[in-house]
Amino acid sequence: MMNLKNIIIVTGHYGSGKTNFSANLALKLAKKSAVSVVDLDIVNPFFRTADFKDLFAGNNISLIASKYANSSLDIPALGFGISGAVKNSGDRTSVGNGTSVSSYTIIDTGGDDEGAKALGRYSDILANRQYEMLYVVNMYRYHTRKPEEALELLCAIETVSGLKCTGIVNNSHLCGETTPEIIAASLPYANEIAGKAGVPLLFTVGKRGINCESVDFPAEVLVKTTWQ
Amino acid sequence: MEKSLMKGNEACAEAAIRAGCKCYFGYPITPQNEITAYMSKCLPKIEGGVFVQAESEIGAVNMLYGCAGSGVRCMTSSSSPGISLKAEGISYLAGADLPCVIVNIQRGGPGLGTIQPSQADYWQATKAMGHGDLRIPTLAPNSVQEMVDMTTKAFKIAEKYRTPVMILADGLLGQMMEPVNFSDETLSCEPYSFGANGHGNKRPKNIINSLYLDPLKLEERINERFARYEKIRLNESAADYDKGAKIVVAAYGSTARVARSAVDKARAEGINAGLFRPQTLWPFPEKQIKDATVNAKAVLVSEMSMGQMVDDVKMALEFKLPVEFFGRQGGFVPNPDEILAKIKEMEGKYNA
Repeated sequence: MMNLKNIIIVTGHYGSGKTNFSANLALKLAKKSAVSVVDLDIVNPFFRTADFKDLFAGNNISLIASKYANSSLDIPALGFGISGAVKNSGDRTSVGNGTSVSSYTIIDTGGDDEGAKALGRYSDILANRQYEMLYVVNMYRYHTRKPEEALELLCAIETVSGLKCTGIVNNSHLCGETTPEIIAASLPYANEIAGKAGVPLLFTVGKRGINCESVDFPAEVLVKTTWQ
Repeated sequence: MEKSLMKGNEACAEAAIRAGCKCYFGYPITPQNEITAYMSKCLPKIEGGVFVQAESEIGAVNMLYGCAGSGVRCMTSSSSPGISLKAEGISYLAGADLPCVIVNIQRGGPGLGTIQPSQADYWQATKAMGHGDLRIPTLAPNSVQEMVDMTTKAFKIAEKYRTPVMILADGLLGQMMEPVNFSDETLSCEPYSFGANGHGNKRPKNIINSLYLDPLKLEERINERFARYEKIRLNESAADYDKGAKIVVAAYGSTARVARSAVDKARAEGINAGLFRPQTLWPFPEKQIKDATVNAKAVLVSEMSMGQMVDDVKMALEFKLPVEFFGRQGGFVPNPDEILAKIKEMEGKYNA
């Protein structure tokens, strides 16, 4: 699917749906490729990629997270494995019999420019590699409702990470209140952001099964509360 | 205004600004940091807005005292261990009759406990929020929308009765995202008339104080304050509940969301269960729980604690109904099936 480069960095306003998108992307790519997901979120205490440990294990996706992720320890630790994973990412992975598959590394960052600061730690490694840096946007997210607000944040993320955005992911939704019209209405917003940032609008995400022509990346809702 | 997606913590901060909050004093602690971060970004942009990251929680709560004492609407927020540090200052705020809003996004304790969600500060908020004879009206939201609505309400109650008001939420409510609406209602941003902000020889001087050299004056003040508490008890208690159930599940905050799912599942299986959800913890909604339990055989209290609301439920029901408890601790949020299993067990036990 989707001619993405092998290192995929996922950024966005916190609460834009980065983690849910990253997990869905990992599950899609894992059907044909080796996939690692790096949880680089040092901002959020809960609702983070490390929540999907079991789901990933069941789908042969390796999860690289700080050993303190989802623990009670309140420190923004990055962990030892991340550097190596970033360095080795994108290489083909042997699956035996002399064959190999392409391998993807998805880096799920924390929200906003604060969360993207952690990327700066690896930017010297990443900048010399072929990477995608996707910017996830949600038109219904307070403070990024206007394209200029989303662009301002993108600029801040690029500045602190030292990396350049390569594509926009339109994840506009209102949780359980999302309708096909709500998604369709976000297209001009997402296109304007992509146009002004000079990068393509790569995907429009929607809950699997939603009847909306604009959706080209059907996704499961994986980030949820215990009562959902 | 159209709906927006917000995190509970952000929604609380934005609602406070819209309710006329001009000053915020805080100190970082997970899982409430988005309130502090939001205020640091947004408050300096409004007229008269001041954000201070204090040197400690104790510093922050005393800045709140000075700010409210000068008549300005203000707020602080923290999470459990930080609220304990603020307790002395909250007692002083109550002793000086200063309106302000204190938000507790609870995490697990005692001590540093965990950064995961908890509801183990119920006793602290409703019974022991600082030394002395005092009450703190305590509001318990269970959705991001209620984080908005109750923050607005907290500022109104604080001003109306000249008292600190607490919003007792939990880490899950603070961190989760839901669609919210802000009302177009405009609240007064005018300084409180009692503020010690300079009389300019145009009015009698205003004094902000909690120390009384004359015991009679202190007693008189406490009695007057308790007359206000009685009005709060009569007018401000609130709850959301089902009527006519045989097994009533009492839960607030995030746990009430889980309990709602459990009750709906029980009903789908033909069990006559209902939810009672206090929206104010002090005053505890006594009349409302009586109304909710008219047909009840038993009550199940569910909390993310060892059962701190249980006694209030028993007292409100005058010990006339059996009250059982199911809870999780240590940062765990109960899941609907766990509560459902307890409902089923009680259905059999009490022949409901």
